[in-house]
Amino acid sequence: MIAFKINGRLTSVDAEPDTPLLWVLRDHLNLTGTKFGCGVAACGACTVHMNGMPLRSCVMPVSACAGQDITTIEGLRNGQQMHRIQQAWIDHQVPQCGYCQSGMIMAAAALLRTNPNPSDEDIAAGITNICRCGTYPRVRDAIRGLASTASEKN
Amino acid sequence: MNATSTGSKNADSTDTAQSGKPRNKWRRRFLITAGVVGGVLAIGTWRFYGERDHLSPPADLTPDDGEAILTGWLKIDTDGNVIVQVPRQEMGQGITTSLPMLVAEELDADPAQVRFEQALVDPLYANATLLGDGAPVRPDDSGLFAALMRTTQFKLGELLGVQATGGSTSVRDAWPTMRRAGAAARAMLVQAAADRFDVPVAECAVANGVVEHAASGKRARFGELALDAAKLAIPRDVALKKPAQFALIGKAQNRLDIPAKVDGSASFGLDVRIPGMLYAAIAQSPVFGGSVRTFDASKARARKGVKGIYKLSATSTSAAAIAVVADHYWQARKGLAEVSIDWDVGANEAHDTDLQKSRYLELLSSGEARTYDSDGDVDAALAAPAKSVTADYFVPYLAHAAMEPLNCTAIIRDGTHCEVWVGNQAPTLVRWFAAKAAGLDSDNVTVHTPYLGGGFGRRAEVDVVMQAVMLAAQMPDTPVQLIWSREEDTRNDVYRPMAAARFDAALDSNGDVAGWRNRIVSQSCIGDITARLMPVAASDIMKDKTTSEGAFDLPYLLPNRRVEHVLTHEPVPVGFWRSVGHSYNAFFTESFIDECAHAAGKDPYQYRRAMLASAPRHLKVLETAAQESQWGSPLPVGQGRGIALAESFHSIVAQVADVEIVDSTLSVKRVVCVIDCGFAVNPDTVVAQMESGIIFALSAVLHGEITLKEGRVQQANFPQYEMVRLANTPEIEVHIINSGMEHLGGVGEPGTPPLAPAVCNAIYAATGKRIRSLPVRL
Repeated sequence: MIAFKINGRLTSVDAEPDTPLLWVLRDHLNLTGTKFGCGVAACGACTVHMNGMPLRSCVMPVSACAGQDITTIEGLRNGQQMHRIQQAWIDHQVPQCGYCQSGMIMAAAALLRTNPNPSDEDIAAGITNICRCGTYPRVRDAIRGLASTASEKN
Repeated sequence: MNATSTGSKNADSTDTAQSGKPRNKWRRRFLITAGVVGGVLAIGTWRFYGERDHLSPPADLTPDDGEAILTGWLKIDTDGNVIVQVPRQEMGQGITTSLPMLVAEELDADPAQVRFEQALVDPLYANATLLGDGAPVRPDDSGLFAALMRTTQFKLGELLGVQATGGSTSVRDAWPTMRRAGAAARAMLVQAAADRFDVPVAECAVANGVVEHAASGKRARFGELALDAAKLAIPRDVALKKPAQFALIGKAQNRLDIPAKVDGSASFGLDVRIPGMLYAAIAQSPVFGGSVRTFDASKARARKGVKGIYKLSATSTSAAAIAVVADHYWQARKGLAEVSIDWDVGANEAHDTDLQKSRYLELLSSGEARTYDSDGDVDAALAAPAKSVTADYFVPYLAHAAMEPLNCTAIIRDGTHCEVWVGNQAPTLVRWFAAKAAGLDSDNVTVHTPYLGGGFGRRAEVDVVMQAVMLAAQMPDTPVQLIWSREEDTRNDVYRPMAAARFDAALDSNGDVAGWRNRIVSQSCIGDITARLMPVAASDIMKDKTTSEGAFDLPYLLPNRRVEHVLTHEPVPVGFWRSVGHSYNAFFTESFIDECAHAAGKDPYQYRRAMLASAPRHLKVLETAAQESQWGSPLPVGQGRGIALAESFHSIVAQVADVEIVDSTLSVKRVVCVIDCGFAVNPDTVVAQMESGIIFALSAVLHGEITLKEGRVQQANFPQYEMVRLANTPEIEVHIINSGMEHLGGVGEPGTPPLAPAVCNAIYAATGKRIRSLPVRL
């Protein structure tokens, strides 16, 4: 059994130690908001937070997560309150097919946490996820909007 | 969710395809036409349906408690929620908002109470426009033959009853029907209110989901009236609103699917969870057409969690494979890696796309071509030019690479009923092919369509459905979720065809085009799809419009022209890739027009303008793009500006790209895009689809290339098949021209074609280097 904190709750799973965190989230814990896109950490669809930092969960063995604090898209909102990034995503009508957006939002949340007022260059460097629908212009606009209101705390 | 064959007058046609021996000559001809002309496809238990009654609900549309069914297109519950039945699949194009808007508008519903459900599989929801668009005739051809072709194909679409999402047709197909459904339901609600109030119908008014009789002050909400209204006959003769009365249509509405797509709750095929479900990983033949000779699974079989290892034979639609089924997907993946497979790679191991490219370039002068469009005397014109312009162009195969790798969940219960969950663009085909794989009648197949994690044409195929159901057949009463890895997805695609083109133009002394010959070499998507879905109908008899679309149907005045196509057959499967033939022909044609303009010493924008005298809508789109982009204004050194115009799927799009080249590295700074789609139902969705089409095309321009060596696809995952990311995303401006509802066009695909030529024309403006092959290599 491997124990870690997931969305604020202590959890333990019976999975083979080399199982990527992605599949533990999806298949063992039924947290299907985190998506499988490539399996080689190239697309970011599987992005979650480990101790507040963005992590591509498709290449992270669950054994390395023991004792860590993991947050997924399901845990991003604060109770009934939507995270301000999620609200910005609705305001800017960002998602299209939506498949990559969990990872995109988690990447954006991590970026804004470490850099509350990112420049366009910071956004380009911080958001490296792939979106085949091409929502990038709206992702960029939504983050720009949040950057300018960064003083408001979520 | 089982649909029945409403109005089937042709009961004996159900088994014709199965036996492959149609019973009479008429039927055979019809079958071939169906397959070849339309690319619609049937197998096993297929049927022809009678004319659609476009409003009556299908027998299988059943109300939940408190719900009333008002036509086949909507339900209203006692709370007043309007639950629109959406006949198309949501793959990001916003269709689960645009189509409910059509209903809600005519219904005068409260927009806050509009919901949607995926419609069940039934011929009521067939897409006839998809086939109607397949006729190989120019859009401006109003002749009898062209009209006959379009009508015949449209009727064929209705007869076959195929529900499919593609060809940028969804709004166009639904526009008359779903508005009428809303108006009919409104009339039923008003009648129910008038009966209850005991007042004349004409004195009742409707707004925001409430029927009101002003004189008496009586009012009732839809939720209070719906059950009574559902008992009334559906009126057939209802008036639709005039555009000036529209309250929703034409105004940006927030998408109904987006809230679930920001919190992880939206369910895609990969998120389907059925109690007792197992997961399967798959390895398919490394060479197209190969098979499994032998395999050793002893090691994998001993692995924890592994429940079964199966050999899947190739079918006309799916590759031979080994699948490992386990409690968890990761166990299946690891088990699969331990299976040692001896592949019989078959006849295609020598295939090499470099050699194929050389062959294509030879076919530009030596191949046997079929003419798609001709006018005047092209040979005479080319023989006596004031100036000649000649160029060859080339594009490679491309993969779809939707973000959600292909997957399908299936179960066969009691050996009698099959249930399938799959993100798909053609639930009717899913049903037919699941039935075939299960050995059941299609009436015993239920199809669920969750959200699609991207479609782009790839999810019109049924390969993963065949494989999942074949696995389910091996594991009775057990739900199995088959997941392709990204590598399998990249290497077992149906690719955008490789294509080459040659242009020969004669310019007159004024620099205008006096002769135009364009030859294109490629496979046929329709031919390939027909061979996969209905092998008995595979044939080269009919021309495939998609090979030459965007080349034979140009809006420009081109006297003395011939556009012709050389058909090839290759052991690499091809299929519909966002904008299909337009994806390469717009690059070829709009780049070459630019070459002609420069050869004539003229401004590329003005050169195009002068050729659009008889195409006022195209002219306006082009002029608007020039104005909005400040065409002609100076740019810094190292930057260039390019323009392109392309009509596709009945919409006209012009794009102006500003590019910068620094140390041989290309970046696209800005794209100004103008679209005339007739009328934008949800304008923000139109903007989003233009952005989307532009980024999709930009990935192909900068990176996209699938190659084969020794019969094997060389790219496997994103590191080898790279995509545009946010850092390479230009600023995009979209302008919409509403020219009139009488010529509605699509929006899912038309944003893609003009981008490549606009960018490459801009590269020429910046550097003097003409890009004639994609992806761009500077």
